[in-house]
Amino acid sequence: MAVLEIRDLHVSVETDQGTRQILKGVDLTIRSGETHAIMGPNGSGKSTLAYTIAGHPRYTVDSGSITLDGADVLEMSVDERAKAGLFLAMQYPVEIPGVTVSNFLRTAKTAIDGTSPALRQWVGDVKTAMTNLKMDSSFTERNVNEGFSGGEKKRHEILQLELLKPQIAVLDETDSGLDVDALKIVSEGVNRAKENTGLGVLLITHYTRILRYIKPDFVHVFVAGKVAEQGGPELADRLEAEGYDRYVEANA
Amino acid sequence: MSSATTAPATAGANKNMHGATSIVPVQTRNERLASFDVADFAAVTGREVDWKLTPISAISDLLDSSIDGSQLPLDISITGSASVTWVSMNDAAVGSVGTPEDRASAIAWSSTQDALLIDVHADDVSEVSVSRSGLGAAPRAAHTVIRVAPFAKTTVVLTSEGEAALSENVEIIAGDSSHVTVISLQEWSSTARHLASHFIRTEKNATVTHTVVSLSGALVRVNPQTRLAGEGSSVNMLGLYFADSGEHLEQQVFVHHEAAQTKSRVNYKGALQGTGARTVWIGDVLIGPHAVGTDSYEQNRNLVLTEGTRADSIPNLEIKTGDIAGAGHASATGRFDDEQLFYLQARGIDEATARQLVVRGFLNEIVQQITVTSIAERIEAALDRELEGIA
Repeated sequence: MAVLEIRDLHVSVETDQGTRQILKGVDLTIRSGETHAIMGPNGSGKSTLAYTIAGHPRYTVDSGSITLDGADVLEMSVDERAKAGLFLAMQYPVEIPGVTVSNFLRTAKTAIDGTSPALRQWVGDVKTAMTNLKMDSSFTERNVNEGFSGGEKKRHEILQLELLKPQIAVLDETDSGLDVDALKIVSEGVNRAKENTGLGVLLITHYTRILRYIKPDFVHVFVAGKVAEQGGPELADRLEAEGYDRYVEANA
Repeated sequence: MSSATTAPATAGANKNMHGATSIVPVQTRNERLASFDVADFAAVTGREVDWKLTPISAISDLLDSSIDGSQLPLDISITGSASVTWVSMNDAAVGSVGTPEDRASAIAWSSTQDALLIDVHADDVSEVSVSRSGLGAAPRAAHTVIRVAPFAKTTVVLTSEGEAALSENVEIIAGDSSHVTVISLQEWSSTARHLASHFIRTEKNATVTHTVVSLSGALVRVNPQTRLAGEGSSVNMLGLYFADSGEHLEQQVFVHHEAAQTKSRVNYKGALQGTGARTVWIGDVLIGPHAVGTDSYEQNRNLVLTEGTRADSIPNLEIKTGDIAGAGHASATGRFDDEQLFYLQARGIDEATARQLVVRGFLNEIVQQITVTSIAERIEAALDRELEGIA
């Protein structure tokens, strides 16, 4: 049973125009097995939250805390966070020329587990996960994200999620750029991970459509760097009908 | 992309030209002075187009006058029926492809006493490996001719390690429809100096893969040039280099499309790490007036791993016929991409391993094309050692 706790988190980023505050006091608690949707208009700081949890060097934590089962996440390096059980499915996964998916997955699995996976078992696991995500077996011999379509990149992210078995996953706009078929396949992958490992999910999205396939337990509306409202799945339905206008206007 | 430049033709500019004091700059790559006579080349000042990026003070003993041209101690292995013999520099094979284009090459040529002739007979399949090791700090000259008869298939590997102050010429003749692979691997000691000119000529429908791998040495400069002389011939010129602190690794590549329907690919990739690590790549491609249907592409990519390094990358393309299939060039020198690092680290991979993965990945494109397993393994091992240093 893992708990990710975010308390009064303030984060800024250096831009050409100087320091910009993006997160202005975020409080969230995500437990194993729970699915939290973070919804909000563009520029509200959703992705900043995702990258801050993962430890991207671009973001500076000015105050507040992030802990995983009481351990100080902010003190951990990026790879230590992953080893501790955090996972970020990226919105824009980068290409890594010359590094095959196969090599990458095995290296990551070895790093996370601290020991290299038994070969036969591992090959089987990869194959099963890829079949479930409707990925061709030739995929493993391609270079990481190189020449991948938008849908392939997202499936590759979820493939990693299923194979690396984190405790808490942050999905940063995983639905963006996916057609309905791809969206279903990716959502099924997330649901499988929830079932199999009791994964806790922080689902960041602009639209409600992914919530038809991945059912949230909690919905948080993110506006101007903090949670403006929270509730159950019904809040998503209301956002679907009304959009973000009333929050944006209230904030303006 | 440079367009067709019609140069004011300098009389007799191709061979044995005397009087290098012409004040008209060479306009086109193949009009550069070429001569067997050292006296035709003025003393190197370091301002010449082909020397200006080379630290010539480190090789003054190879640029001055005659040097020891006795036979090098070599370790040679042969599979197949290729023959490897020492022949006189007056042998017909010597000079059948190349003519020195710089003073170091001319000095090496005139200093060498005997040439090593690697003769690959028609319809023969062979592999020849020539290793040079610990040649000593005194200047030495050498000459190698790789003569591949029609329809033969051969792989020749030249490896170098230990101490050296070597200046050499290598001629490669790829006969009709032959398949020739030549790999020159430089893994010298950190004080070694090495200048080499490789001259390749392809006959009709010949296919040549030429690879230069420079992993260590104080100053290593390997300049390969290919004349695609036979119709339908092709060359794949590959390079991989890894410069550490205090190392200067240089390559000036020249491809001359002389005949019609010829194809060339040039792909050199290098990494630099440590203060004073220095690399130079100059890639000249000349598509001659008769080379209709030419298909040509050259690229150089450098990955800068630390501060304090310098990579020069200069592609040049000259086209003298409008009727070509394609010609392009690309050059990029970039720092390590922190987003790649973040992505790998976010999957639990520690920073040092992540860096190694990215650098290995970057260079893999070349390593994967090295068909000689033992050499590919040797490169992998060397890269592992190099990359232990970063993090």
